[in-house]
Amino acid sequence: MNQVNKQENAQKHILWTLFKETFLLSAFTFGGGFVIVSLMKKKFVEDLKWIEEEEMLDITAIAQSSPGPIPINASVILGYRMKGILGALVAVLGTSLPPMIIISLISFFYKQFRENKIIATALQVMRAGVAAVIFDVVINLAKNVCKTRRFLYIALMVVAFVATYIFNISAMVVILSCIGIGLMDVMMHIRKKGETA
Amino acid sequence: MILTLFISFLKVGLFSVGGGYAAIPLIQNQIVELLGLMTMAEFTDLITIAEMTPGPISINSSTFVGMRLNGIPGVLICTLGVVLPAFIICLTLAFFYYKYRNFSGVQTVLSALRPAVVALIAGAGLNILLLGLFNADKTSINFGDFRIIEFGLFAGALFLLRKYKLNAITVIFGTGVIGTILYAIF
Repeated sequence: MNQVNKQENAQKHILWTLFKETFLLSAFTFGGGFVIVSLMKKKFVEDLKWIEEEEMLDITAIAQSSPGPIPINASVILGYRMKGILGALVAVLGTSLPPMIIISLISFFYKQFRENKIIATALQVMRAGVAAVIFDVVINLAKNVCKTRRFLYIALMVVAFVATYIFNISAMVVILSCIGIGLMDVMMHIRKKGETA
Repeated sequence: MILTLFISFLKVGLFSVGGGYAAIPLIQNQIVELLGLMTMAEFTDLITIAEMTPGPISINSSTFVGMRLNGIPGVLICTLGVVLPAFIICLTLAFFYYKYRNFSGVQTVLSALRPAVVALIAGAGLNILLLGLFNADKTSINFGDFRIIEFGLFAGALFLLRKYKLNAITVIFGTGVIGTILYAIF
């Protein structure tokens, strides 16, 4: 009986943490989808150790490639991973509520808000903090790509960066190309196995 | 009316692939041009506000339009429209991902995809850093606009994150408070 209660509590605890953390991340995520993904990586991979780093990158790729806002997409997948459909619902609620509350409030006095000097300064300087968080996450991620010691992966990372950042090629094209390269890699593995056998 | 709104935002949710800025022309088309629910000036304001506040632009728009037309029920219905397609599609993708991701072939493909995702995140980080340091995007940087306070905040924040593994939200909120105070003094 006690055991059942404990388990029930642990289940509820995961849902509550999921809601609380997605809510907080969403409330502090200025500047687009990849920012919240970096924060999710820091929270759910490094702090809570709920999922692995590779998994977070896969979730990011899926979130970027599906229709809809990236933070919502990533929350759905993360929530589903932790607690099925109920988890997905809770995570989406946590992610959607902060912008809904903030914009609902602001919609009444948005002109004053937009022209307020202090708010403008705070938002401008906060970008430095957001950039620092993303750099911190990217340093860890890039290190791990280099640790694979596979030329292909390191080259893909560099080429993808140059393609998207310097040549403005869309993220979708880069993701599809990498899937293509991955498929060729699979075929080469199969062929190699065939030769050695 | 509310049903028309719901369907419009459903379309926005369904056809905006690739996040934030992909949704802007869609919202403009559905809400400003087709339905005339917002003027172009209001929509421009909304984009400015969306950049200043947390959250995806499509949810910001659905909330803004919903609130003005129908109060809180409007907010809920419009936002539901944006979120519903994403919810169903991503739930399906998540199901397949967790079912098949341990297959070795799938792992090989995903391994080729992950370095590109790292590059995409790095690009987003660099964009925000440039916005912070020069208040401009990469196409319009003027090195004369370099902001030393933001650079100091960035360097300090990165140091604290790497060395003391500080919580991300603490860091973001902290830079906001410290930076605003610094600007008030200097």
